[in-house]
Amino acid sequence: MKNRMENNVLNKKPISIKWENVRRNWYKFSRNKLSIVGLLVVLIILFLVIFAPLITSHPEAVTKYVNFSEAKKPPSLSYPFGTDIYGRDTLTRTIYGFRISLLMSVVVLLISVPIGVILGLVAGYFGKWVENLIMRITDIFLSVPTLILALALLTILPRNLVTTMIAVSLVWWTWYCRLVYGLVTSIKSEFYIQANELIGEGKSSILFKEILPNCLSVIITKMTLDVGAIILLGSSLSFVGLGAQPPTADLGGMIADGVVYLPDMWWMAVFPSIALVTIVLGFNLLGDGIYDMFSLGEA
Amino acid sequence: MNNRNLAFIIKRLLYSILILWGISLLIFFVVRIIPGDPARMALGTQAPEDVVERLRVEMHYDKPIFIQYYYWFKNVLRGNLGISLVTKHPVLEDISELFPATFEIALYAFIFIAVVGTAIGVFSARYSNSWVDNLGRIFAYFGIVTPQFVFAIMGMLLFCYVFKILPSMGRLDPTLTYPAKITGLITIDALLQGNFIVFFDALKHLILPVLSVGLGGMAQSTRITRTSVYNNMRKDFIAAAQSYGVPDRVIMFRDLLKVSMNPTVSILGLQFATTLSNAFLVELIFNWPGFARYGMTAMLQKDLNAISGVVLTVAIFVMLGNIFADIVNSFLDPRVYLLSTSKE
Repeated sequence: MKNRMENNVLNKKPISIKWENVRRNWYKFSRNKLSIVGLLVVLIILFLVIFAPLITSHPEAVTKYVNFSEAKKPPSLSYPFGTDIYGRDTLTRTIYGFRISLLMSVVVLLISVPIGVILGLVAGYFGKWVENLIMRITDIFLSVPTLILALALLTILPRNLVTTMIAVSLVWWTWYCRLVYGLVTSIKSEFYIQANELIGEGKSSILFKEILPNCLSVIITKMTLDVGAIILLGSSLSFVGLGAQPPTADLGGMIADGVVYLPDMWWMAVFPSIALVTIVLGFNLLGDGIYDMFSLGEA
Repeated sequence: MNNRNLAFIIKRLLYSILILWGISLLIFFVVRIIPGDPARMALGTQAPEDVVERLRVEMHYDKPIFIQYYYWFKNVLRGNLGISLVTKHPVLEDISELFPATFEIALYAFIFIAVVGTAIGVFSARYSNSWVDNLGRIFAYFGIVTPQFVFAIMGMLLFCYVFKILPSMGRLDPTLTYPAKITGLITIDALLQGNFIVFFDALKHLILPVLSVGLGGMAQSTRITRTSVYNNMRKDFIAAAQSYGVPDRVIMFRDLLKVSMNPTVSILGLQFATTLSNAFLVELIFNWPGFARYGMTAMLQKDLNAISGVVLTVAIFVMLGNIFADIVNSFLDPRVYLLSTSKE
């Protein structure tokens, strides 16, 4: 009897790395052609970001470089996206801007997901006052819009990329806490969890070895969708002058610089804007594909 | 309204008050964590030490932080949010003066989200996989991935500079005078006074800000409505109604929409607050003299009293939006309050 229960528990692996599963998942993912587009966009951006120093022809564009003889040039062959008021290549700056955007979302997810997931697991599993305390704090954070809360936090912190990442992480964990909490409250009443409690498995082992793996697919889907959302939030913050400081190239900051010269030097704002929409679109399409892959819902 | 419904609403209100109190705690500690002496900051570096000391005692800055919170919260409850460092006016006065301008954007954006978003969603579900559906899907996608400020800038470039059909700055043409203040919403004030020139000019100024603020929300409500209607269309009770020969239009409005609107209403409740927070960047771009631009300036200038006032105001509207959504939902679908009361 005990053996059978343990077998049941062992068979309940949600994500296994069998070759057959990879093929099935790829089939589910690629049913929607847009998912493949998203994957391609993300791969191209990753390629650009990793090999940025080798691809870009104007590495000086991301420093405090000034060359007024090349300034305010419209798009041409040598400057496909034109140059800014200091004579810096907008294309090079855009590609380096992708770097900052990706760095931002990766760091924010690395900080906020573990915090949110652990708090959600604890709140959902232990219940009682722990649940009350954690979930009420989450509710408080969730009832101020993320942009406003991040802005308010940044007023008391020095203005740079690191503090911006911290501020965004501080507002972002709540979504994961809420998400995991909801999952845990439904998973913990399942028979295999009760069985594990009966055979005396430790609480942390149940939380991290039994419950957490069953939440992973949802968490991963949320994370891919969040990359785009965090890039949006980060660029909104740098648009108003918080976040990465000049001369670092950052898409939001570049757009803000370009707005001032809008009708005439349109390329300064338009190309970073298109780049921003593209990267967010890529990650959203990819996220939707992953959502389909785990078939979390049919619509 | 039955008793259980009322109990649900009252419980919901009480809980919101608790959360608001929590937010006040959060704001207070965020604002007071700032290193440095608030009394010195308020008076500037030139002020003599004894004056600063007097203010410190007067504002209870010399007491422990929890006592400070008590005094601060007491003042907030009386509507005294302190003096803004930038405008030198009481924060509450500033906010109540500037709020109508933002409310005008938020209101129209919300109507846009609720009406257009829902309509596209219903049509997309009804004629799924037709060109309407595909167009709606593309629209929704771009609404979700385009940041508000990018849409505002592109709209400005296109309609204000290239085609020159819309104004790019402010609420009203500088040659026109503001209508006498009744509600503070220019379009409504102008209509009430029968001033159509001002009305149409204000409307023209509103188009781009409203679209920029509302686009993301419209996309979301389209997606959610589509999914919900689409799923409910395949339920047995719809098939039953169809087999009785009930006309499609009657099924649509009587049976389908009522049950499908729950998720839409929930998202709309959130959207009103989201439009307010979206306005923060959009007002900056369109130089809109509103509450959000005031908040934005306060945040960039580290004007702490104004920041706490602005954040509190936004939080109150988030609460109101959620409560409103819950109340509407509890009428649309009794399961909402049945579930919440059966937990006890």
